[in-house]
Amino acid sequence: MADVYKEMPDERGYFGAYGGRFVPETLMPALEELEGAYHFYKNDPEFQGELNYYLRHYVGRPSPLYFARGLTEYCGGARIYLKREDLNHTGAHKINNTIGQILLARRMGKRRIIAETGAGQHGVAAATAAALFGFECAVYMGEEDIRRQELNVYRMKLLGARVIPVSAGSRTLKEAMNEALRDWVTNVRNTYYLIGSAAGPHPYPAMVRDFQSIIGIEAKSQVLEQAGRLPDYVVACVGGGSNAIGIFHPFLADRQVRLIGVEAAGRGLDGEEHAATLNRGSPGILHGSLSYILQDKDGQVKCAHSIAAGLDYPGVGPEHACMKDTGRVEYTSATDAEALEAFRLLCRTDGIIPALESAHALAEAVRLAPDLAKEEVILVNLSGRGDKDIPVVAGARGVSV
Amino acid sequence: MTGRSRIAKCLENLRAAGKKGLIAFITAGDPGLAGTVEIVRHVAEAGADLIELGIPFSDPIADGPVIQMASARALAAGATLPGILEAVREIKKVCTKPLLLMGYYNPIYRFGIRQFAAAASVAGVDGLIVPDLPYEETRPLREAATEKGMDLIYLVAPVTPDRRLMKIAAEASGFIYCISVTGVTGARREIDTDLAAFTGRVRRYTALPLALGFGISGPEQALKASAYCDAVVVGSALVKAVAECSDAAAAGLAAGQLVARIRAALDSLKGSF
Repeated sequence: MADVYKEMPDERGYFGAYGGRFVPETLMPALEELEGAYHFYKNDPEFQGELNYYLRHYVGRPSPLYFARGLTEYCGGARIYLKREDLNHTGAHKINNTIGQILLARRMGKRRIIAETGAGQHGVAAATAAALFGFECAVYMGEEDIRRQELNVYRMKLLGARVIPVSAGSRTLKEAMNEALRDWVTNVRNTYYLIGSAAGPHPYPAMVRDFQSIIGIEAKSQVLEQAGRLPDYVVACVGGGSNAIGIFHPFLADRQVRLIGVEAAGRGLDGEEHAATLNRGSPGILHGSLSYILQDKDGQVKCAHSIAAGLDYPGVGPEHACMKDTGRVEYTSATDAEALEAFRLLCRTDGIIPALESAHALAEAVRLAPDLAKEEVILVNLSGRGDKDIPVVAGARGVSV
Repeated sequence: MTGRSRIAKCLENLRAAGKKGLIAFITAGDPGLAGTVEIVRHVAEAGADLIELGIPFSDPIADGPVIQMASARALAAGATLPGILEAVREIKKVCTKPLLLMGYYNPIYRFGIRQFAAAASVAGVDGLIVPDLPYEETRPLREAATEKGMDLIYLVAPVTPDRRLMKIAAEASGFIYCISVTGVTGARREIDTDLAAFTGRVRRYTALPLALGFGISGPEQALKASAYCDAVVVGSALVKAVAECSDAAAAGLAAGQLVARIRAALDSLKGSF
């Protein structure tokens, strides 16, 4: 069977029924320009050489694949391996994509970048890339996220970025993205919009996926070398979905590998306070593409909730919507409480403090592992480290740090 | 479509009479849908030629703060698409001017594209403006709208290159909405786009009437902009006038007064073309 997933998206930016471009006309020429530039440079050896240089010597790639002995023993079943994106420069997978896009922006002659951020990891990565290459940088961030992620806000400022608080609506990532789009509409002639997730209008979902696929490419060869087999499960958390699509994509053609995306169930899927877009949402248009979104019966977009600011988004990348419909990827969820428990667990079993986002994926692995045979392998994408989340975790336990 | 739409006829009649059209934008449901009917009545009586009703949306990415806040107020007051279509029926009882609905795509998509086109045309809508639906994605809505005798109005921007203008113009009907600035909606002190060059480029590809909107704050700017187009759109300035009033009756008067001033400014040029 031909690998249909490699053909996606089509020339209109669709992954099956999802994707496309739903933006004001003012942005269409910029998207066409970006598509042309990306199409050219993705096959340009010089560009790829430069990208690989920075990934290796600046980001710190390849990131290790670590056999989580402690967690495996605790669960008493399948072997759990962690892809250590938390060990990247700036502390998360987000830097892979920002380095890729900033190199592209440079070749396109742009001098200013804008970004939106939820947990702040993409904002920090964007500010880092901007500092590295001398770009002016503005990062839009919801006031609620600014409150939750004070440390990352200060990091961005240290790196020379302007952090612009967004006070509308839920004061989180959704509104930050609206505001970034408004900035882009206004300053499209000189500004590059550096989107952090595999979402947004074409070509962003495909481009971000390609820049993040390095995670899966490395993990695949590492797991073959260390475990001697392909993993039985690959598990990753899904907010917008960039770390998940990055680790999943190189495994899509390996049909025996079960791919599991874990959404944030927040305070429970049956209530309103969650961010489980694929589990509880329906097709709709938000932030430039057609995908699953959380919406009411009138098509108004709902506010999402997760203890992990990076998952707190009522949309999801269109490729995930397609993977859900085809059944190639299963989408489960973990609650705030389950994520906190998995967070605590990994700290104790293996001495690793994971990001709360990644803790959702860990929660799924902890659920799966005990019922599996000891020779089976679960590969978890540890998308980021938890330093930024320590005040939130402490707060959840009534401790102030 | 059989024959010309009411929108096209209205603008062509104005053109033939040497007059400039005035398109008045109001956010539906702010303050309340009954208020919208009242405000539209005043605005139409004060001399607006076309009425554009905004459907509030939770994530209005093409709008500046004034319309964003009006949308949020309208949603908080319970405005929904079915409710707005009901208001359109009421408006039709008190106003004969052609009526456009402006809305983001998701509420329309959620309603069902064909169902929406049918319901809108039955309610008396003459045209649709969907700011986040670029040319490449218009087909389903354009076909559904055309079938029901409504125009889907296309937007073009100062940055739109000629090859896109050509494609857009080939499919457009009613009029072409020229976005006068690179940016979001909202009144501005200055419009720094070279409007002559921009509208000149658009006219190369179409004989349809051109409307200029985004950033037109009052009579003086409307007058200046009208030199380059067949109609001007006044939105945020009107929405702001409405927002500053304590009730719908006062809002209707205030909006009507602003429209009357702009009308007078546009008519001061009558016959001078």
